Amino acid sequence: MAVKISNYNNFALALIEGDIDHHTAKDIRESIDYYIEKYTPKMLKMDFGQVKFMDSSGIGLIMGRFKLMNALKGKLKVINIPKNLERMIKLSGLMSLGIFEKEEK
Amino acid sequence: MQEVINEMNVNFLSRSSNEGFARAVVAAFVSQLDPTIDELADIKTAVSEAVTNCIVHGYKSGIGKIYISSKIYSGGKILIKIKDRGCGIENIEQAMEPLFTTGGSERSGLGFAVMQSFMDKIKVSSKVGKGTTVTLQKFIIRRPISNEK
Repeated sequence: MAVKISNYNNFALALIEGDIDHHTAKDIRESIDYYIEKYTPKMLKMDFGQVKFMDSSGIGLIMGRFKLMNALKGKLKVINIPKNLERMIKLSGLMSLGIFEKEEK
Repeated sequence: MQEVINEMNVNFLSRSSNEGFARAVVAAFVSQLDPTIDELADIKTAVSEAVTNCIVHGYKSGIGKIYISSKIYSGGKILIKIKDRGCGIENIEQAMEPLFTTGGSERSGLGFAVMQSFMDKIKVSSKVGKGTTVTLQKFIIRRPISNEK
C-alpha cells in the first residue's frame, strides 16, 4: 500500500510511502478520501517523511485534500517534507497556506 | 560542434503505470554521466511531468504511444525528447503558464513550470491534431564519458 492511514485521538494520520506521480496519486487520493468522508476527522496530517519521489501530482494531492478538509470544516497539516522535495513545494506557492510542519519522526 | 556520444530510444503505451518506467529508464541512461542525486531527481521529475502531460492531455480520450529519445553530447549536454501523437496544444503560451490547467481540480497546473525550473532549457512544439514534442535539456559536467565502445 502506498498510504497507511491511522486514527489518533484528535487527528487522522496518512503516512505516504514511495513515489507520488499521477499514477500512484490516484490510489493514495482514493484511500485518504474514503477514510475522511467516512470518519470526518477534525484534522488530517499527511506525513511525507517516507516519500522517495514526487512530481507535481503531489502538489495536486495536497491541494485536493486541503479543499476537502476545508469543505468538511477540518484542518490539514503536511508534515516531514523531505529536503529534496522542498523545491517543488516552494515552486507551488503552497507555503502561504501555513499547513507545513516539521515534527514527530 | 557538439558530438553525439550516446543515444537511446524507447516507446511505450500511454498508460499511467508507465510513468515510473519512463523516468527510471531515462535516469538509467543518464546515470552513465555520473550525475549527482539531485541532478538525477531533477531529470526524473521533469520526465515524469512531460510523460504525465502526454497521458492526461495528449491522449486524454484514449491510449496512444509515447516516444522518448535521449542523446548525450560531448561536454555533458543531455537532450531528452518526449513526444506524443495526441491532440496537440492550442495555445502553448497559456499551457505553460504556472497554475493553468485543463486537467481538473487534482492537477496543479505546474507541469511546465517544474520542467522549466528543474531543467536548464525546455522547448515545446505542438500541432493541434498532430501531437506535442517537449525537449528537455540539461548539462551534467562532472565526469564526461569517453568515446570508447
